[in-house]
Amino acid sequence: MTPQLELRSASLGYEGRIVVRELELRIERGSIACLLGPSGCGKTTALRGIAGFEPLLAGEILIAGRSVSRAGHTLPPEARRIGMVFQDYALFPHLRAGDNVGFGLHRLAAAERARRVSFWLEVVGLGGMARAWPHELSGGQQQRVALARALAPEPDLILLDEPFSNLDPELRDSLAREVADLLRERGATALLVTHDQHEAFAMADHIGILNAGQLQQWDTPYDTYHWPANAVVAGFIGEGVMVEAQLLPDGAVQLPFGRVEAAGRDGRHPLPAPGPVRVLLRPDDVIHDDASPHTARVLRKAFRGAQILYTLELDGGVTALSLVPSHHDHAIGARIGICIAADHVVAFPSVRHE
Amino acid sequence: MPAIADAGLGGTAPLALTGANSGERQRLFWRAVVLLIAALVVAPLIVLLTRIGDADASLIEHLLEHVLPRVFGHTLLLTTLVAGATAALGAGLAWLISRYRFPGRDVFSWALLLPLALPAYVLAFVAVGLLDFAGPLQTALRALFGPDLRLPPVRSVGGAALVLSLSFYPYVYLLCRSAFDSQGQRAMEAARSLGLSRRQAFWRVALPMSRPWLAAGLLLVVMETLADFGTVSVFNVDTFTTAIYKSWFGLFSLGTAAQLASLLLLIGFVLAMTEHRLRGRAGYWSTGRSVAAPGEPIDGARRWLATAACLGVLLLAFLLPLAQLVVWATSGWTGVDVVSLRAAGRTLLLGLAAAGLVVATALLLAYARRESPGRLTEMAARLATLGYAIPGAVLAVGVFVALTLADRVLPALTGVDWRVGGTLVAILLAYVARFLAVGFGPVEAGMARIGRSLDDAARVLGAGSRRRLLRIHLPLLTPSLFTAAALVLVDVMKEMPITLMTRPFGWDTLAVRIFELTSEGQWEAAALPSLALVATGLLPLSLLNRQAETTPIRRSTPPT
Repeated sequence: MTPQLELRSASLGYEGRIVVRELELRIERGSIACLLGPSGCGKTTALRGIAGFEPLLAGEILIAGRSVSRAGHTLPPEARRIGMVFQDYALFPHLRAGDNVGFGLHRLAAAERARRVSFWLEVVGLGGMARAWPHELSGGQQQRVALARALAPEPDLILLDEPFSNLDPELRDSLAREVADLLRERGATALLVTHDQHEAFAMADHIGILNAGQLQQWDTPYDTYHWPANAVVAGFIGEGVMVEAQLLPDGAVQLPFGRVEAAGRDGRHPLPAPGPVRVLLRPDDVIHDDASPHTARVLRKAFRGAQILYTLELDGGVTALSLVPSHHDHAIGARIGICIAADHVVAFPSVRHE
Repeated sequence: MPAIADAGLGGTAPLALTGANSGERQRLFWRAVVLLIAALVVAPLIVLLTRIGDADASLIEHLLEHVLPRVFGHTLLLTTLVAGATAALGAGLAWLISRYRFPGRDVFSWALLLPLALPAYVLAFVAVGLLDFAGPLQTALRALFGPDLRLPPVRSVGGAALVLSLSFYPYVYLLCRSAFDSQGQRAMEAARSLGLSRRQAFWRVALPMSRPWLAAGLLLVVMETLADFGTVSVFNVDTFTTAIYKSWFGLFSLGTAAQLASLLLLIGFVLAMTEHRLRGRAGYWSTGRSVAAPGEPIDGARRWLATAACLGVLLLAFLLPLAQLVVWATSGWTGVDVVSLRAAGRTLLLGLAAAGLVVATALLLAYARRESPGRLTEMAARLATLGYAIPGAVLAVGVFVALTLADRVLPALTGVDWRVGGTLVAILLAYVARFLAVGFGPVEAGMARIGRSLDDAARVLGAGSRRRLLRIHLPLLTPSLFTAAALVLVDVMKEMPITLMTRPFGWDTLAVRIFELTSEGQWEAAALPSLALVATGLLPLSLLNRQAETTPIRRSTPPT
């Protein structure tokens, strides 16, 4: 099947500086994907390249099988049949909510346009708000109008540029889920760009992690967390620490404070060659157990309501994080029992060269 | 890098290609618009520069020996005096207003801008009418001290400098106000905490910090002084502008006028370049926005000194001349004067036409810069808005010479006999060249407030360049366009040298009436047209005040 969006080693940049390098993406029709990365990683540039605002230096972009960007050739955004939701929503302040939604439908007859406008406002839960001015709407409502405006012309692809970053954190999560449901219901194909992994997890079927202009990993949210492709992804997604260790020829890992079986690996994620490695320890890999013979000293603690995130000093001077139910309240400096319960070991070749 | 594969695109390729070309075509179209506008403005100047060497042979000796040295001397002396006086007045008053509290401070804060509404040439003839040998002051003094009393002549460089300083100090005042206000109290408090007295802090911190603003204000003053024609005519002081006028309409030597104009043009170029560099530097100096200080109260009797200083300047520069104009206008009232009435109508007509043209051109220029950014567009936009630095007398000669050339060449080329020299086309073209920057400022500022994402959103929704201009920018810019139009309208209505030199036969405006009446010493008759100009001049001042008070109107980003 032809993917709805395809990037073939697309490179973008400004004035000789390459910002996105040979990006490869395939997004199937009806799925929601996300480009995730820290600010300055090139994700917004990539999105603007897909929208047609930035030209390609090399490679090619296809939308619904149609070549829209190559080096020296950029189909302008107005001819791409895409929808876009902007970080600041970019509602036209001089047009009412309904006229904003109808802006992309100007080729339709007035009656048909009015019908579609009220339909899409209804879809985003703003039926009856067509006469409101953008400044009379709350942030969340403005966001919905922007979404309705992008969806109304029924584009081949919806692009969302940090769409929730201007909202309150509580509103952000619920709206992200709501938007994802709505997009799925409509069978829309969408690409979201964000630096917020919770947003990405809440919405996307696939996540591409971008760093320094290069795609680090393209995977499901589950696998980006549990099977990070490299140390960069491991550091960016979720919490955790990297511990220097020794990978033994029998597949076990020798940590400074003990030995862990590298059990539960599947064929898709082979271990590196035996030798010095760095092992990722997530806070849920270090389990507090009063009965355990191993102990660690509490360095810091961060109360998170249901849980406490402890920063622990393990034997051998290793620092690790541990997420513990919050009724296990220990003082700083106390020694508590722990055990390492990694279902699967994530190890990368050590980068030390000495 | 992978090779770009053209194969396998099938039937979609032609569609995609036309689309890409249309984007490129739009960019090229807007680039052409900018270049065309710049060419219209710059062409007269270039034509003028080609005339730098060809004065009439019979006049060149006279010119070199008698005219140029005097003209140079007067211009230099006048500019120096005016710059010095406006620096002291403007910076001093700005310091008083922004740092201290005293009776009347809040009123003076805006009232000190009122002299901007009074054209310098009006203040000039009021001053001459009052202070000249035959005027009421000297007559009264002679009655007191005997008929042999001799005062320094009023019609001198010094007199003209005084009038121009009182007219132009608001430029320096305005810029220094924004400098002192934006520095806020912090830097001054830091200086005081480091052991400087209030006076030392002014000289060692506040004044050096506001140097770029002061310089920018002074540069405006110098430009206006070089461009002034009406005031120096009233005072009979020969400067470049009057010499240009006299060469053309006195000696009937357009060549000499063109040569003098090209010299003045070179000075204008240098000033414009300096101004551009200064403006860039002023940006570095402003560090963040701090709250304007409430001002320190002044103790005892000294606060009345501050009030007196502000009131004195305001009296001399605005209130007394205005009162005298009213007295003259009412005492000399002989019923409605048809000539002046017709002049008023034409002034308004010309003003409105020029304002419409300038605003439309400014909108196209600003939008083209946004649609097709790049070094070329940037340069062209700068050239197109150069006119504010070019004296009106220079532009008048340039446009006339250029159109004469066009009238000679174009009919031969096109086979159609049409002439634009001496028509309304000439005067409107000169107005656009001179005042495009005035209209461009507000339009550009307004457009900068329209977020880029609005353009992007409209594009994604299928709107091309033209639809974005008409459906997004035009409605959002309406307030800015009206502001720009008002500013241009008032500037055109009081404009003197361009109107005088390029108007079609019989098209006398209020400014031309004032010029003619005052050159015959008919102060009373000139009072009423002057009052009409002052009344319209108050319009942009109220706009200026309102702009300072209200924050940018509609925001496109939601409150967070």
